[in-house]
Amino acid sequence: MEYVIEMLNIRKEFGNFVANDNITLQLRKGEIHALLGENGAGKSTLMNVLFGLYQPEGGEIRVRGKKADITDPNVANKLGIGMVHQHFMLVENFTVTENIILGNEPKKNGSVNVAGAAKKVAELSRQYGLNVDPTAKIEDISVGMQQRVEILKTLYRGADILIFDEPTASLTPQEISELIGIMKKLIAEGKSIILITHKLQEIMDVSDRVTVIRKGKGIGTVETAETNPEQLASMMVGRQVTFKTEKGPAFPKEEVLQIDGLTVEDIRGIAKVKNLSLSIRKGEIVGIAGIDGNGQSELIEAITGLRKVKSGKILISGKDITNRKPREITESGIGHIPQDRHKHGLVLDFPIGHNIGLQTYYRPPYSKGGIMDYSAIEKKAEEIIAQYDVRTQGPHEPARALSGGNQQKAIIGREVERDPDLLIAALPTRGLDVGAIEFIHRRLIEQRDSGKAVLLVSFELDEVMNVSDRIAVIYDGSIIDTVLPAETDEQELGLLMAGHSREAAARQAEEGVSKHVE
Amino acid sequence: MSANMSNRMINLLVPAIAVILGLLVGAIVMLLSGYDPVAGYIALWHGIFGDSYAIGETIRQITPYILAGLAVAFAFRTGLFNIGVEGQLIVGWFASVYVGAAFDLPKFIHLPLAILAGAAAGALWAFLPGLLKAKMKIHEVIVTIMMNYIALHVVNALIKTWSGGGDKTDRILESASLRSEFLSSLTDYSRLHYGILVALLMVVVMWFILEKTTTGFELKAVGFNEHASEYAGMKIGKNIILSMVISGAFAGLAGAMEGLGTFGNMYTRGGFTGIGFDGIAVALLGANTPIGVIFGAVLFGSLKYGSLNMPNAAQIPEEVVQIVIALVIFFVACGYAIRLFLTKISKNKGAK
Repeated sequence: MEYVIEMLNIRKEFGNFVANDNITLQLRKGEIHALLGENGAGKSTLMNVLFGLYQPEGGEIRVRGKKADITDPNVANKLGIGMVHQHFMLVENFTVTENIILGNEPKKNGSVNVAGAAKKVAELSRQYGLNVDPTAKIEDISVGMQQRVEILKTLYRGADILIFDEPTASLTPQEISELIGIMKKLIAEGKSIILITHKLQEIMDVSDRVTVIRKGKGIGTVETAETNPEQLASMMVGRQVTFKTEKGPAFPKEEVLQIDGLTVEDIRGIAKVKNLSLSIRKGEIVGIAGIDGNGQSELIEAITGLRKVKSGKILISGKDITNRKPREITESGIGHIPQDRHKHGLVLDFPIGHNIGLQTYYRPPYSKGGIMDYSAIEKKAEEIIAQYDVRTQGPHEPARALSGGNQQKAIIGREVERDPDLLIAALPTRGLDVGAIEFIHRRLIEQRDSGKAVLLVSFELDEVMNVSDRIAVIYDGSIIDTVLPAETDEQELGLLMAGHSREAAARQAEEGVSKHVE
Repeated sequence: MSANMSNRMINLLVPAIAVILGLLVGAIVMLLSGYDPVAGYIALWHGIFGDSYAIGETIRQITPYILAGLAVAFAFRTGLFNIGVEGQLIVGWFASVYVGAAFDLPKFIHLPLAILAGAAAGALWAFLPGLLKAKMKIHEVIVTIMMNYIALHVVNALIKTWSGGGDKTDRILESASLRSEFLSSLTDYSRLHYGILVALLMVVVMWFILEKTTTGFELKAVGFNEHASEYAGMKIGKNIILSMVISGAFAGLAGAMEGLGTFGNMYTRGGFTGIGFDGIAVALLGANTPIGVIFGAVLFGSLKYGSLNMPNAAQIPEEVVQIVIALVIFFVACGYAIRLFLTKISKNKGAK
């Protein structure tokens, strides 16, 4: 078997910490090879070693059978290795072509030959079916398109071994299926791909083989065709993982949240939430299902006081909190796991302990008479860190240094520990691995079982179906229907989310079946 | 363990090497312009530490730098860039001199009142940019720069009006003075005054606000991440204004030290004092920490005062002296590059 890349027994240490311990990864020519591991398992470290950003302490790298000493990314580029980064490295107000040639500009008579480069970019785009306009500005194109620009960048530089680092993290489902098509096209054209991910379904859909690493150690390589998501998950996490969240029936009691005729506008004065009504009772989880951009963010911001309400009413346990200040609302018994944990959930430059105190610092025992008691905050933080399995060196570690899953666990711990009557969880598992997702789902259900109300907003149908007791479908700023998970399926939900009524959805489902047969 | 040791070594070495490099390049500049660097640096040394008078004057010079540095550092730590320290200092100077001269009160009321007047004037001058930022998102850099010019010319006009067309204010009364017979006699009758104690007290105050109070917790949180702070129920606008007001109060105190301590009055000015602007560099050299500001201010204050001796004692023209001083500060500011270099050396040694 011909290998284009062989990373043999790679070891990488940072001080006393071993990030990669004896990991072997062999990439065959023309395959999509998935690299699977939890957040912080050492996937990125391994790829940075391959890309020349880190030098390994042990092991060797062979490229096309020859031992290679990859001392910096330029060497990697020359060997035909290209990286499509998770966080794009693009200049927003440059065009696609300008971004692609950046740092490697073709010269003609002493000036940059943009036109010539654009032609070459257009050609590559056509060859691989990328459909990218070389003259478009980055700021004007979608995230999916920007990713294609990153792919083009590596191709333009002659890469035939492509590393994709968590490529689907910020894509819509539509964009993901297009990306999978592109990856298959790349393989057909003779490229080889390493796909870094922790999403099992993607691996099953697209990869040929999978190498799993856990806590810095290589667990093994398996053929995708001979495995299944359950096996991969247990290899990755080191124990059995349940995908279907176990939960008993709900026993809803009195109403906690009551929203009547709510209308919320965005900054341009366009209504994003339109005459929306919704009610949630103690002891139930209500899932809001909907496609991104149908008013979910504005709804939550209105409930939590971060955005002005145009008209309508929001009541918490009978108390009117419409247009009240965030702190007053929080103290009325709302906990909030925000959609964007880096923007709203955490002060990344603060220690994780301070972040855990972010909602309670002004109250005893965390402060008295305006004087902080940081030792009380740290004590509480240590409790939450232990109880919510936040993997960190301790409350003094900056929040920025924690992995996404651990940041999220800290936020959940902070919000749940305040014992709110209503917990709002907005995309609580976005970007997390299966282990963390399982943990978080279990916590949400525990909240419900202890008689609290939970409002879950998610773009993942699986999550909404598994966790909710009731599903409210949001479309164009209104709740267009409420269904029970047991009485619906993904297809019906999908159609409701696209704005069809339930009757129309049922009709279309039938027609759809006959159409597909044709 | 050994890695930590070498880290500590590097922390000590960086500023030392920076100063030496600055002096070396400064020496080259003096040589190239045909002056004797050895004589020049001996003059600088004597200017700073030569006798007790020089030491007294150096400490006097450091005083306003500490306060100006605190003003900039405090704003920085809470996510704001206060370029208006200069203007706040000027209004603080004037206000303290006005209170010091216009009222006749017992010392234990008069002096604190005059100092507070300086702090309040600086705070007020910084309140406006804070308000505009909080309510209308107008960038504080633009507003504070413009407020500097307004401060300079408004104060000049006030001095003229007050003195009936003259170019200086009345002298403050003895009851409002920071002058100290004791400190002065200790330092061979220099102008050293009690202001240094006020400055050091303010270092503690800044540390206390930032590290011990809920206000400091909020100010820092808002500075790092407005969105998360708002989500956590903090009032963004209130914190922005408060941060500017505290910063401006430090700046106003710097002016009060000049007015009540060093000069005892105020002249109309053709241009800025420069202390407010140097405060930016002082804060940056001190990494925006209260203790760091002391070091930054000591470096600035002593070079500034000590270099006055270079034209006299070594016949080096003012212009060359200023280049030399700028070079030293430049190299200290480049500490990052030196640190990188040292880390690389120690790493290579460790590897081999």
